[in-house]
Amino acid sequence: MSEQYKGYREPALSILKKHSVVVWSAVDMETSRGKFSGIILPRSETADNRHLVLKLNNGYNVGIAVNTIHSIKETGRKEAHYKIPEKEFPYDAKKPTVKLLGTGGTIASRLDYRTGAVIPAFSPGELYGSVPELADYCNLQTEKLYGVFSENMGPEQWIGTAEAIGREIRNGVHGIVIGHGTDTMHHTAAILSFMIQKSPVPIVMVGSQRSSDRPSSDAALNLIHAVKTAAESDIAETMVCMFGPTSDQYGLLHQGTRVRKMHSSYRSTFRTIGDIPLAMVDREKITPLRTNYHRRRIDREVEVNTRFEEKISIVYYYPNMQPDIIDSLTDNGYRGIVIAGTGLGHVNKPLYPSLKRACEKGIAVYMTVQTLWGYVQMYVYETGREIMELGVVPCANMLPEVAYVKLGWALGQTEDLEEVKKIMLTPIAGETTEREPYNGYLIYQGGIPEVEQFLRIIKR
Amino acid sequence: MNISFKNFTDMTASDYAEIGLKVGLEIHQQLFTLKKLFCRCPAGQYSKLFDAEILRHMRPTLSELGEYDGTALMEFKTKKEIIYQINHESVCTYEMDDTPPFEIDQQALDIAIEIALLFKYKLVSEIHIARKQYLDGSIPTGFQRTTIVGIDGWIPYKDRKIGLIQLGLEEDACREVSDEGHLRVYRTDRLGMPLIEIVTQADMHTPQEAAEVANILRWTVRSTGKVRTGIGAARQDVNVSVDGGTRVEIKGVSRIPLLPRLIYNEARRQYSLLKIREELKRRGITEKSFQARSENVTHLLTKTSWEPLRQALERGEEIHCVNLLGYSGILSQSTQSAKVFSKEISDRVRVIACLTRIPNILTSESTEEMIDSFTWQKIRKSLRAGSRDAQVLVWGNKEDVITGVNEIIIRAKEATIGIPSETRQALEDGTNGFERILPGPDRMYPDTDLPPLEIPEKRLSKLSKNVPEPFWERYEKYRRWGVPEHLLRIIASSPRAKFFEELVDKYHIPTHQIARLIFEKTRHWERNGYPVKKLTEKFWLSMMDTLQQSITLLENIDAWIKEIMNTADFSQKKGIPPPPLKKSRPADLKMKIEKLVQDSTLTFDQTGKQHQYLMGAIMPEYRGIVPGKEVAAQVWEAIKGDSHE
Repeated sequence: MSEQYKGYREPALSILKKHSVVVWSAVDMETSRGKFSGIILPRSETADNRHLVLKLNNGYNVGIAVNTIHSIKETGRKEAHYKIPEKEFPYDAKKPTVKLLGTGGTIASRLDYRTGAVIPAFSPGELYGSVPELADYCNLQTEKLYGVFSENMGPEQWIGTAEAIGREIRNGVHGIVIGHGTDTMHHTAAILSFMIQKSPVPIVMVGSQRSSDRPSSDAALNLIHAVKTAAESDIAETMVCMFGPTSDQYGLLHQGTRVRKMHSSYRSTFRTIGDIPLAMVDREKITPLRTNYHRRRIDREVEVNTRFEEKISIVYYYPNMQPDIIDSLTDNGYRGIVIAGTGLGHVNKPLYPSLKRACEKGIAVYMTVQTLWGYVQMYVYETGREIMELGVVPCANMLPEVAYVKLGWALGQTEDLEEVKKIMLTPIAGETTEREPYNGYLIYQGGIPEVEQFLRIIKR
Repeated sequence: MNISFKNFTDMTASDYAEIGLKVGLEIHQQLFTLKKLFCRCPAGQYSKLFDAEILRHMRPTLSELGEYDGTALMEFKTKKEIIYQINHESVCTYEMDDTPPFEIDQQALDIAIEIALLFKYKLVSEIHIARKQYLDGSIPTGFQRTTIVGIDGWIPYKDRKIGLIQLGLEEDACREVSDEGHLRVYRTDRLGMPLIEIVTQADMHTPQEAAEVANILRWTVRSTGKVRTGIGAARQDVNVSVDGGTRVEIKGVSRIPLLPRLIYNEARRQYSLLKIREELKRRGITEKSFQARSENVTHLLTKTSWEPLRQALERGEEIHCVNLLGYSGILSQSTQSAKVFSKEISDRVRVIACLTRIPNILTSESTEEMIDSFTWQKIRKSLRAGSRDAQVLVWGNKEDVITGVNEIIIRAKEATIGIPSETRQALEDGTNGFERILPGPDRMYPDTDLPPLEIPEKRLSKLSKNVPEPFWERYEKYRRWGVPEHLLRIIASSPRAKFFEELVDKYHIPTHQIARLIFEKTRHWERNGYPVKKLTEKFWLSMMDTLQQSITLLENIDAWIKEIMNTADFSQKKGIPPPPLKKSRPADLKMKIEKLVQDSTLTFDQTGKQHQYLMGAIMPEYRGIVPGKEVAAQVWEAIKGDSHE
């Protein structure tokens, strides 16, 4: 598609050509609904082909149906070029160095005000231009690894990111921040927890639920919290740093293997499941909530192990699931299956033969729970015992997505299924825990007087 | 120097012509819909009660030129914590910016299109939702979702047309509860309500014209019967400029009768500011040559007895002084009725430095002696100030006082340039105060959360059938029909006008009688507590049938219809009940009512409610025997007597 007619398809395209106007033409238009003046804007590729987009002088955009147009007269051209302002990020020898690795997402960006397109801000200078507070905490370096939406992150990007982190740690940075789209941030957080072990510094993943072109965005505050954590905290773990409550109050640091995105749009979408978060963070301080974490070290030793088997799948069980679902994975050469079963870890009887066949063919089959909270316990009911006899291995309280990436990683290490089982059942980064604290499962329910009381007045 | 300007009541059209007054209006009118505009919360559920609070900050986003625009920067300087009070019934996660928008409410869009057709706007083929930035926190997203339905409408006024630039459909904002220091609190019940915005050209030349045009616009939208009425349902912004001045927007005028005085004062303010600039120029003070110096003068004021300063010192605050070189006499120049230039400075300090405790400044030109002249001398000496200079004291905590000092200097310097581009706030006394720097055009950008929505011809032709005849055309028509003068406006702006015309057309009953019955009498009965809801269109049709056969019945119509309202449940099948019979009234009515009031153990927060309750208890016994009006009056009396005890 030519830039001149960006986004326009027939019949709108012919109308533009017929009247010798292009995108960014300032025009006067006579239509059956009256006269309209403004600038022709690019059209969204997903919008229909029957309208022109006009930016009126009052700043509003409107669509004009091409079949109402009598004439278009070009009165000028008003193309705009956009650039993010850069201000040199100040250097302070006394401050720690933090490396921000970008994988995509719009942690910092600005908007093309005419088209609405989001332009990412990423260089230290650009970031300093939009979040100057970052310089209070560190000397910032940035590197763009990828520019993908988080749903397009996969093994290739996980491996590349892990290698980049290892390299930067050995280079001597004091902390790592990873900018990431939020949808699959917990998958990446989990795999990085396995691929990078014994890190001497914090590895902090961060994103935003409201893009940074919005005045109410959580992006700047999340970034400030993440950078502060990377620069100053003594928690040398792979973590997710996102809003604690929906209010602009504090962020939470979640362990990479215990965190999950739990709401499609809330700011406080990330929750630690089956445990409590590692710490709270605000502009002033980091307040640990747990004590059992790896401490920051001054050495530069780190283990990076990125071997990964991609032929793995996750099966979310539902009533009346047919065995062909499992069979198709078996027949397509999958090497590992994680089941998110019901309750304590169950599937229906018709699946048994298929599961048995899968296990016999050397596919590693693991059971997790779709309740997310709680342990797989396959001894309680007869069905559980039967499923285990087929060769399905229970995964304790490992989250389904975490089990999925860990199985890929375990199968990447060895072909010996006993060895895989040993890896799967030995906690590496808190993905399974021996005990679930009593306050690890809290979903407050609105309406209950004490909860309403808690919500009613915010701490000022 | 002394700037002279006529009083409000003495100003004539030619006085306004001389200063080149131009006025434009923005009329905001809530629509009568079931749901809010971009979510499925119920519309119009207002309550001061709240169940939860949320805290947010607003952060400026970069504008097109890579700069933060004026408003954005100002709001950020203020570093406000914003608290939203949330009621579960009226607000969901959308309004709190935790859920993306739902599709635009189709009922609201239909009404907006009908009103656009009424004002002869040119309608767009496809609406695009835009985001208009508001960084004061009045909308939790930091922007208002808004869209244009039509452009270039008009209404006739006197012998000319008043141009209507655009008709927008947008979501309403929060109501401010308080704004003190660095904390602003908003109530969210009104947030997200569908609203139309009608923007006129600056085609009005006197304050009275602006009010008249505002009324025509208001009555016209009301004639659809599809807009909300009542306090806050319609609000006006007014844009004012004079020759050589700046377009200044005064926000949030709740009642049209307040408009003229506000416009007068803004015209006066702009005129005065231009005169001040002239005077400064005469003194050789321009934007380039402007000079100011400031200093911490806390130590010179430790013994002050002036209460505001004494309290500031008790709070451990600092007092700073700004010396404005050559500004002697400027700060006390009158700018509005009972307001002088230093108020412009005080306003800025209040809003931008968050020094909200008033007074927040003290100038050397204050007419009362707050600080003794000896102390002023010490301050002047310390700042090396001369007799031609003016000083401004400001106090506050360490950070805010610095912002305050800077703001004083900025505003004083702006006097050498002219009239700052600001949005100003309408005050009850007809003057206005600073609200914020006028936002730049960059604050509009497309909303990427919602796709464009086509408005096909089919929808337009369907909606055009609902569009009433324009107010101004009806008005003239009814005058020709002999409708009494005082009812012309009422009928022409009523959603019942169509029905009225139907009756006039169908019955040989004098037009003025029909008009009186349906609009004047009915309103009168309603005010006296009669259940006028019973007077449905069906009722009136039957009544007119009856009247047509026996026009003399009109003589007793008042008592008759009251009787019907009090006794019968009217239904068309039974027809109109016969005119009332005389019944004997009880002698001890007054006593009975008094007893009932005294025995009533329920308590009410409003006497109106108490009255309503008592009427409900008493009327069944007396309906048809004693007029409801009389009972109502007696109940009032009894309530009042009771409350005096």
